Amino acid sequence: MPRDSLITSESDIDVGLELAGDEDEFSSHPEEHERERHRGKRREGDREKKKRGHGKRRKASRSREREEEVQARPDKRERERRRRAKSDRETGGRQRDEEGKAKIKSGKVAKTKKNITNEKTKKQEEEEESEDRNAKGKKKHGSAKKEEKQEDGGRHREKEKTKEVKKKKHKKVVETSSEQETSEQEDNGEEDNEEKEVRPESLTPEELERLKEAVDDRKKLIQVLRGKPWPMKKKLVTLRESQQFVEKYEGALGKGKGRKLYVYKVMMTKKWMKFQRDFENFRTACIPWEMKIKEIESHFGSSVASYFIFLRWMYGINMILFGLTFGLVMVPEALMGRPYGSIPRKTVPRAEEASAMDFAVLWDFGGYAQYSVLFYGYYNNQRAIGWLKFRMPLSYFLVGVGTVAYSYMVVIRTMARNANESGVGDDNSFNFSWKVFTSWDYLIGNPETADNKFASITTSFKEAILEEQESCKDDNIHLTRFLRVLANFLVLCCLAGSGYLIYFVVRRSQKFALDGLENHTWWERNEVNMVMSLLGMFCPMLFDVISALENYHPRVALQWQLGRIFALFLGNLYTFIIALMDEINLKREEENIVKFNITTWEASFYNGTVSENSTGLPFTVQPADVPRGPCWETMVGQEFVRLIISDTMTTYITLLIGDFLRAVFVRFLNHCWCWDLEAGFPSYSEFDVSGNVLGLIFNQGMIWMGAFYAPCLPALNVLRLHVSMYLQCWAVMCCNVPQERVFKASGSNNFYMAMLLVILFLSTLPAIYTIVTIPPSFDCGPFSGKKRMFDVIQETLESDFPAWFSKVFSYASNPGLVLPFILLMILAIYYLQSTSKSYKEANVELKKKLQTQNEENKKKNKRAALKAQMDLEEARKAAEQQQNNKASLQDQEADVEENHGSSQSLSHGKNGRNPPPHVRDQELPATRAPVPRTYHHGNHGTPGHLPGFPRQSEHRMYRVPSLQRH
Amino acid sequence: MGNKQTIFTDEQLDAYQDCTFFTRKEILRLHGRYHELAPHLVPMDYTKDPDCKLPLALIVNMPELKENPFRNRIVESFSEDGMGNLSFNEFVDMFSVLSEMAPRELKAIYAFKIYDFNVDNYLCKEDLEKTLNKLTKEELTPEEVELVCQKAIEEADLDGDNKLSFADFENMITRAPDFLSTFHIRI
Repeated sequence: MPRDSLITSESDIDVGLELAGDEDEFSSHPEEHERERHRGKRREGDREKKKRGHGKRRKASRSREREEEVQARPDKRERERRRRAKSDRETGGRQRDEEGKAKIKSGKVAKTKKNITNEKTKKQEEEEESEDRNAKGKKKHGSAKKEEKQEDGGRHREKEKTKEVKKKKHKKVVETSSEQETSEQEDNGEEDNEEKEVRPESLTPEELERLKEAVDDRKKLIQVLRGKPWPMKKKLVTLRESQQFVEKYEGALGKGKGRKLYVYKVMMTKKWMKFQRDFENFRTACIPWEMKIKEIESHFGSSVASYFIFLRWMYGINMILFGLTFGLVMVPEALMGRPYGSIPRKTVPRAEEASAMDFAVLWDFGGYAQYSVLFYGYYNNQRAIGWLKFRMPLSYFLVGVGTVAYSYMVVIRTMARNANESGVGDDNSFNFSWKVFTSWDYLIGNPETADNKFASITTSFKEAILEEQESCKDDNIHLTRFLRVLANFLVLCCLAGSGYLIYFVVRRSQKFALDGLENHTWWERNEVNMVMSLLGMFCPMLFDVISALENYHPRVALQWQLGRIFALFLGNLYTFIIALMDEINLKREEENIVKFNITTWEASFYNGTVSENSTGLPFTVQPADVPRGPCWETMVGQEFVRLIISDTMTTYITLLIGDFLRAVFVRFLNHCWCWDLEAGFPSYSEFDVSGNVLGLIFNQGMIWMGAFYAPCLPALNVLRLHVSMYLQCWAVMCCNVPQERVFKASGSNNFYMAMLLVILFLSTLPAIYTIVTIPPSFDCGPFSGKKRMFDVIQETLESDFPAWFSKVFSYASNPGLVLPFILLMILAIYYLQSTSKSYKEANVELKKKLQTQNEENKKKNKRAALKAQMDLEEARKAAEQQQNNKASLQDQEADVEENHGSSQSLSHGKNGRNPPPHVRDQELPATRAPVPRTYHHGNHGTPGHLPGFPRQSEHRMYRVPSLQRH
Repeated sequence: MGNKQTIFTDEQLDAYQDCTFFTRKEILRLHGRYHELAPHLVPMDYTKDPDCKLPLALIVNMPELKENPFRNRIVESFSEDGMGNLSFNEFVDMFSVLSEMAPRELKAIYAFKIYDFNVDNYLCKEDLEKTLNKLTKEELTPEEVELVCQKAIEEADLDGDNKLSFADFENMITRAPDFLSTFHIRI
């Protein structure tokens, strides 16, 4: 794979590394020279290696090594050299535990560096040679840094190279393990295991354990590899090494007697991983509209795109709801239930037959549509249907419950995930830095949007600066207050008015319905839906106008606006439901009358014919002619379906008129108009994210409410969402302009989710209420003939389950058990809530502490920085004096100069950058010669902090004290 | 892709999938984009791992990056030589870090690199000034820039050295509510 490219590009890695190295070490020249020498030497070695084709891995890991060194390097030269030698040996495991390793190492090195430094140079040459041979083995071993791992490594190495001369190896081992004990251990281990290691089945259990651990570590590494901040090349190399390692030793591990299970497990996990990856690939391939959304994102930034992502998410949920109802209710009924026309509830009544095929059926959902699987009334109360003995009523009920349960689950899960993802964004302590670092939207790829974004960022900065400089001066607080109160009053009037209007219209429509729909115009028949849609369309505009009175900050204004629209929609929906309830009651009265009529009708029928046995209706009566009840469930479902349809229609029509026609008008009439239409009054419309999201949420609420009585609703909604995805994508790209003021949509993501949850709750309430309290119609729907709809559960328990089960169930459901259970749940909730509260408090407390700590630190550091600066001056003078005397100090002198020069502008910050220098200044005796100290400074100034290694700052803090000791 | 021409071997694709947050299809698409940038330079066949780098100027012209005020920095911080020449590996790496799936910590690391204009591993005032000027197209007065930089450093600097180390930056950015949503590029 990347082998060849790695070799060829090796030289430029080296260059890059050197560059980095130089930058890093601009203040420590002596080492630099030392290094340079080594590097030269190594490069020669590398060239040899290259020929053999092993070089690059070491290269990569060495680069890592070097970076790391640079960060954590104490400025001892011997140590440096020593480590270099070491690094050549220990490349393999390096990449893993950078943090812990460094600590261990520093400890080790401190002990043994003396004895080794002498041998060092001697051995280096041998080292280079033996390195190559060992390269492969070395790199394979696990986290070689830990001692046991080191042993492991030794073993593998030997395993690879059993031919290798033992003596040499021995020597090397002494070197490698800097601590005497371990080296001895290792020696023993190696000598003992020398032969055994070739056949892993003869390994002792603990060694096996270790090997297993190493293998597991590798596996873990492979899994987290993608999250590592390494260059891709290094990742690929590490990946391949780890894979080879795992493959190699996994096989070895599996060869034992009782290890078949292990092999099996390994194989299964491998298969499972493969499957997972394929599945993941498949799943992402299935996510629709990715490119569309990308296009919008780059055009309008993340806030508009967030609406479309939300829409897509909604689509997914509705797909699943649709799958549930379609697969478990509609299809079984259509396939296995009695066919159309077999019984009265499945037949269009004689009176309606004439108009049952009218075109109006398409949006009225009367006629044939009403007597089909689309609505509740069509379903039969037969307990089991078809050859599968499909429990239709039970299935219907469970799907209804499942729909709601699934929706709750999804919404809450998404909310939890969002809460995790969006940081603790509520505190205001990072106002400016957030503005600086997160205000650019990386998604933007459109010049116009980019310009808008630049402008909005600039204004937001200016606003923030103004706010910072002075709390804004209020011109006339009384006037503003009065206006705000007035505005709220007006909004309340609007809300009340719209509520009354809906109630009025619904009542009127009932009157019309009693009269018979045929006598009325189209408007009168569809008044309710139209009025609701129109209110939903115009009231937000009215609110917008009213909110101009209030003079809020735009973000606050947006929140108010959202809240008001929410209230409006909710109010409308609930008035609608209350009106529906009235209607249900009316229908039920009617039903009673019809019931009575039917009995008399039947009686008269029987009287009229020869009184045979009462074997049901004589065949002469068509099902269409049988009188029947009004079936309030179907009526409710129909109302919701009509509502959805008219809502959809108004949305689309507003889109076409409000956006498209407006854009056309502005574009084409602009040159023959008296003012500039594009810049002036009508201009192009902006995409209203919040309004659209709210619309979507309420639409979903209606689906949840009505889905029980009209199983076709999720299907309709899927259709609607599908169409609106395309339509809105098109509209937004063709006739909207990027928003001038871009609001962050992401922060309010959970806000919308919370709204969805509220709506879900509010919309399931009436549905559950009707299911629980109102008895189902006597002659239609799957629950006809039962007292309550949920009786179907009991019926199933009694007839389909063994007797003991229903007994257990009845015990479990008696109040004696249920009440304590509820009590327990309440207690648990209370407990969790109070703990979370206390956690929150602790958090606040900690934050406060941290802040005071910061303040203190800042003060301290300021002082330390001043002092350090003075010291530096002093040191420079001293060094200048000494320059003449001591030739050997020249390097350091230069170092000081340079450091001083480079840090002129930043000297304040650089020297007092963090606690360590401060500590050091305190610890060092004041009488200490200035030169070493400046040396320290210089070295400390090496900015070894690579962002790739986040823990590094702690290291420095950790190690600096130890620096002073040698 | 199999019937036309093999761009990558299966092992390569698997390796890329292990090392990035992309799926197979996306990697192929990335290759397509990379190839598009310089059709005569980039080979269609990557099974042999050709050594080929594209210069900064070409990459910066991608529509995804074109409007980004930090485009040069982005490309530079992902290139191995620091000059902005990207091999395909680095190219993939770049979009992997910027993808939606990448975790916050990883993004923070690279965001730090991007904003660190002078590559000294600290965000000093100079860096902030540059960032700010790029963000606002230099429409703020020098005093305002000064004030904002001062404030930003004051807020985020935990150790009081008047510049932001990575720890400071990470601490600040992990709490930012919309860092994740804005610091990503869909490819």
